[in-house]
Amino acid sequence: MAAPAALFEYLVRLGDNCLILGHRLSEWCGHGPVLEEDLALTNVALDLIGQATLWLELAGEIEGRGRTADQLAYLRDAGEFRNLLLVEQPNGHYGETLARQFYFDTWHCGLLQGLSHSQHPRVADIAAKSLKEATYHLERSEEWVVTLGDGTDESHARMQQAINDLWMYTGELFVMDEIEQDLVAEGIAVDLAELREPWLKQVGKTLDEATLTLPQAGWMQQGGKQGVHTENLGFILADMQFLQRAYPNATW
Amino acid sequence: MYAQMVDTGVKRVKSREEMSPEERDFQDRVDADIKIEAKDWMPESYRRTLIRQISQHAHSEIVGMLPEGNWITRAPSLKRKAILLAKVQDEGGHGLYLYSAAETLGLSREQLIEQLHSGKAKYSSIFNYPSLTWADIGAIGWLVDGAAIMNQVTLQRCSYGPYSRAMIRICKEESFHQRQGYDIMMTLARGAAEQKAMAQDALNRWWWPSLMMFGPSDDQSPHSAQSMQWKIKLYGNDELRQRFVDQTVPQAEYLDLTLPDPDLKWNEERGHYDFGAIDWQEFFHVINGDGPCNRSRLRARVAAHEEGRWVREAAVAYAQKKTAHKRTAA
Repeated sequence: MAAPAALFEYLVRLGDNCLILGHRLSEWCGHGPVLEEDLALTNVALDLIGQATLWLELAGEIEGRGRTADQLAYLRDAGEFRNLLLVEQPNGHYGETLARQFYFDTWHCGLLQGLSHSQHPRVADIAAKSLKEATYHLERSEEWVVTLGDGTDESHARMQQAINDLWMYTGELFVMDEIEQDLVAEGIAVDLAELREPWLKQVGKTLDEATLTLPQAGWMQQGGKQGVHTENLGFILADMQFLQRAYPNATW
Repeated sequence: MYAQMVDTGVKRVKSREEMSPEERDFQDRVDADIKIEAKDWMPESYRRTLIRQISQHAHSEIVGMLPEGNWITRAPSLKRKAILLAKVQDEGGHGLYLYSAAETLGLSREQLIEQLHSGKAKYSSIFNYPSLTWADIGAIGWLVDGAAIMNQVTLQRCSYGPYSRAMIRICKEESFHQRQGYDIMMTLARGAAEQKAMAQDALNRWWWPSLMMFGPSDDQSPHSAQSMQWKIKLYGNDELRQRFVDQTVPQAEYLDLTLPDPDLKWNEERGHYDFGAIDWQEFFHVINGDGPCNRSRLRARVAAHEEGRWVREAAVAYAQKKTAHKRTAA
């Protein structure tokens, strides 16, 4: 049976990805390019925050120190966050938000598909529920990448720039460490390295349809899973955790 | 009330004798509570007034996303964050139904938004106040949505079909919002001393602007009589305001918070609460552009629209390409 510490660590990784990306998307609420998109993107944010809550609740239970999802979300500092660098990148223009989402959703669907067969029944349950939502998210982001890639000259250029700029954060999606290897051996986790080829194929296919070019292999950034983040995360947490930090132990 | 001081463009209500046969027929249908639909004949001033009223209402929903959206990233728990996100999303949805209702009267959404951005169309004065603390999110839900519902519930029965139907959907969601806002206030009022102080401070700042949402006193509202005859306004401003005060005082007492009005007291004879004089000078300053946030709210809306232009253009271009492609293939 997996050591609770390893499973805790793994679940926090899953939860933090959803939490931070959901937070980023929530920054768009009220500022979207068109009302319908404002509502649709907020749906995605809501789904991700819901998924984060489920993963972090389970993480707290497994840890067994009585920490709730809220305590994990609001009372850890940046070095204890385990999300991928990709999801903490700024929203930028709408194409950048969608490129980030497209890379993530494609990966997320592959991951959740695998996890829905996890030997750990609670993990499998949350993954199966999340997969339904993630499938819709991916449909949406693929549709937008194609629309903006094959829309106007301006949208094409912006979308290509976004795809290129975020590329260096995609390598980390497939990097395995010891914790993950152990959990894969126990049938709990998914082998991320195995997700890479299908991911590349699917991303390539969509970019092709969008008349966009798949970036060249290059130097990849990593560190999120070890708690070494970009400068962005500190600001996200400063915002997100303000009330919990300013009024310790208050109930909201 | 999200539509304040709607100009009817009419100086005086016409008597039956002064009406044309069509106008008389129209008024008979309104009097008989038969809904007017988009394709029905209607007086031009009715149509224009409704466009003003519905679009003002729609713009209020959209601008109203900003003061609350201000706290989404700082919401204090995962549950509060999800509730607030969903709430602000609902307001956007209300804006969408209302723009659609206004479009039935012959203006496109793009035109309506252009009127907001140029300053030609108004939105509720309340959204020009800042949301300074988390308690403001509670106060907005409780008081601002509470005041809005007071008016919107009556508009479910208004004479224009598309507007009436939009109101029915909106009212269902708004009463949720009000309860959620009150729940935030309750949690704060029963929390630590600092939290209770935060709740009191928010109530102090939002109370009077909420009363102003009902618009000027009836004797200062020259367009009310015509709007009431058309049944696009069903009760006077003062009557709705009084109902709101009567409903809210016991709710504040239950929270053990104090309404910031030394003149507020129960009047046994009237069977209502008496309350102090409203600072109408402040109201007119805010509605005419000099509130604390008028400029930043409008700038935020214009920025979102302008920065999103390339996205909308791309979506149109892509759809056209696809249609053209289908045609060649066929």
